[in-house]
Amino acid sequence: MKSNFRMGGDVMRNRAFIRNYHIMLMPGIALLFVFSVIPMFGIVIAFQDFQPTLGIFRSEWVGWENFEYMFALPDSRVVFVNTIIIASLKIVFGMAVPFTFALLLHEVINMKFKRIVQTIVYLPHFMSWVILSGIMINLLSLDGVVNQAVHLFGGEPIMFLQSNSWFRGVLVASDVWKEFGFNTIIYVAALTSINTNLYEAAAIDGASRFQRLLYITIPSLLPTVILLATLSLGNVLNAGFEQILNLYNPIVYQTGDIIDTYVYRAGLQEIQYGLATAVGLLKSIVSFLLIAVSYVLAARFANYRIF
Amino acid sequence: MIRGTNRYADLTIYLILSVIAFLSIAPIINTLAISFSGKIPAMSGQVYFWPVDFNLSAYESILRDRSFFLSFGVSVQRVLLGGAINFIITVLMAYPLSRSAKMFPGRNIYMWFIIFCMLFSGGLIPWYMTISSLGLLNTIWALVLPTAVPIFNVILLMNFFRGIPKELEEAASMDGAGPWRMLLVIFVPISLPALATVTLFSIVGHWNAFFDGMILINHKEHWPLQTYIQQLIISVSSIMNTTDPEEIRRLTNMSSQLLNSAKVMVSMIPILLIYPFLQKYFVSGIVLGAVKE
Repeated sequence: MKSNFRMGGDVMRNRAFIRNYHIMLMPGIALLFVFSVIPMFGIVIAFQDFQPTLGIFRSEWVGWENFEYMFALPDSRVVFVNTIIIASLKIVFGMAVPFTFALLLHEVINMKFKRIVQTIVYLPHFMSWVILSGIMINLLSLDGVVNQAVHLFGGEPIMFLQSNSWFRGVLVASDVWKEFGFNTIIYVAALTSINTNLYEAAAIDGASRFQRLLYITIPSLLPTVILLATLSLGNVLNAGFEQILNLYNPIVYQTGDIIDTYVYRAGLQEIQYGLATAVGLLKSIVSFLLIAVSYVLAARFANYRIF
Repeated sequence: MIRGTNRYADLTIYLILSVIAFLSIAPIINTLAISFSGKIPAMSGQVYFWPVDFNLSAYESILRDRSFFLSFGVSVQRVLLGGAINFIITVLMAYPLSRSAKMFPGRNIYMWFIIFCMLFSGGLIPWYMTISSLGLLNTIWALVLPTAVPIFNVILLMNFFRGIPKELEEAASMDGAGPWRMLLVIFVPISLPALATVTLFSIVGHWNAFFDGMILINHKEHWPLQTYIQQLIISVSSIMNTTDPEEIRRLTNMSSQLLNSAKVMVSMIPILLIYPFLQKYFVSGIVLGAVKE
């Protein structure tokens, strides 16, 4: 009898807890609903000849016309190709450089030196692309330090940001500059978990330093590398909007214009809402599918869960 | 750890790392040196890593630049308001979501909802139109409400909350603590490092954001600082768009490398001030975010 009463009390108590959990979630869910879900309904614009003065409810429905127009535009092909090339280059270098850097850092015994190096290389990650672009525009200008160095070695000055042969390289290099230090963290964390006994045993067996790197350090990083590579699949259409918006100009649209910058110009500057929404929608759907696939793969093969 | 006896290999590694570290901040040092240099050396590319013809004229002219300070103020306001909103929402969402589905039926539905919101978006145009139709354009709320729910931070803190020993909760539960007291008296105080991490993330995010200010705020005096710098320094077209001859004259006179460098340096100051704290907490934050189960 007494225990029944207590159980009844627990149920009541649990209900009160659960009700409060819902209340706690309410503000966040409401904000997400307004600023994420409602815009999702706005994608119907992709199927309209949208006129801002008429609004969503009175604009004319045109079916797939915006999509047909998009595929007919020569610009869109360039934009999709640029996006994939730039994003892929960034993924490859964005993984290879931090990996190599972490291996080098792992060989350092002097903790103070290690700490100073880490402190310095993390810094650019916390600067905005506005700031870094401001710095780069100075640096890469005709009178900038980089061109002074080029001059010193007898080269002709290069207009890096106005040259279609240099622009992608500048994008990838500056993205690596901003993020490689920060991306090293995950490898450093994996490296610290290596059992030091392994190194000692290998040393006793006469393994050289290079052999220890090859047979202990690198294999122990492989799971992390595979996981990061899988997750990066979701970024194949993210070529870096904020960076490119700050660095590009009409001369380099041919090699540097990407989906996001194109949507921004077509939509908010040229007011072609229907077209811009259609391009954005295509990107959202493909990205969503890629991310979903990468999460499933990561969960299956690396036992990785984000929640 | 046993190391090789090869001193040359060690030396090479130290040297390579030093060079990379130097190259990482060389552009920033160069900008700093330019900002303290004289106008002519700054514009003719004579400055490398030490000021030439040292003077403070660039910083003096920033001191007289009213719109720079207005924008700086908008950014500070945005960080305080936006950071506070982010903090409250993050704590309130992370706690219920850290309960198991057994303790909180419906938890997984909420979880799938926020994951979906994180991964899928309606795109730029519908997002802009939503904010515009709510009448938020040209207000500070346009900068802090659409970014009010930092989903990544929520997940990070949720994972941290999950690691808190059950015994603590049970003890508090015995004392009759309700969910709110549990959150405020047990979970929040014990999670200070994780809270510091997510707060720093949201401060940096708000300080560095420029794009929303650029499209949602039309009036120059309400731009946050990053938008101000983006528009007046980087986007040359904004100079062309101005029809006011006085404005054009002022811009062409002032928009020198020297002055730009000084503005860039000043806008970095807040990040540099919190950088030691960032250093301390973000490594743990990243490792937290990559929790494996």
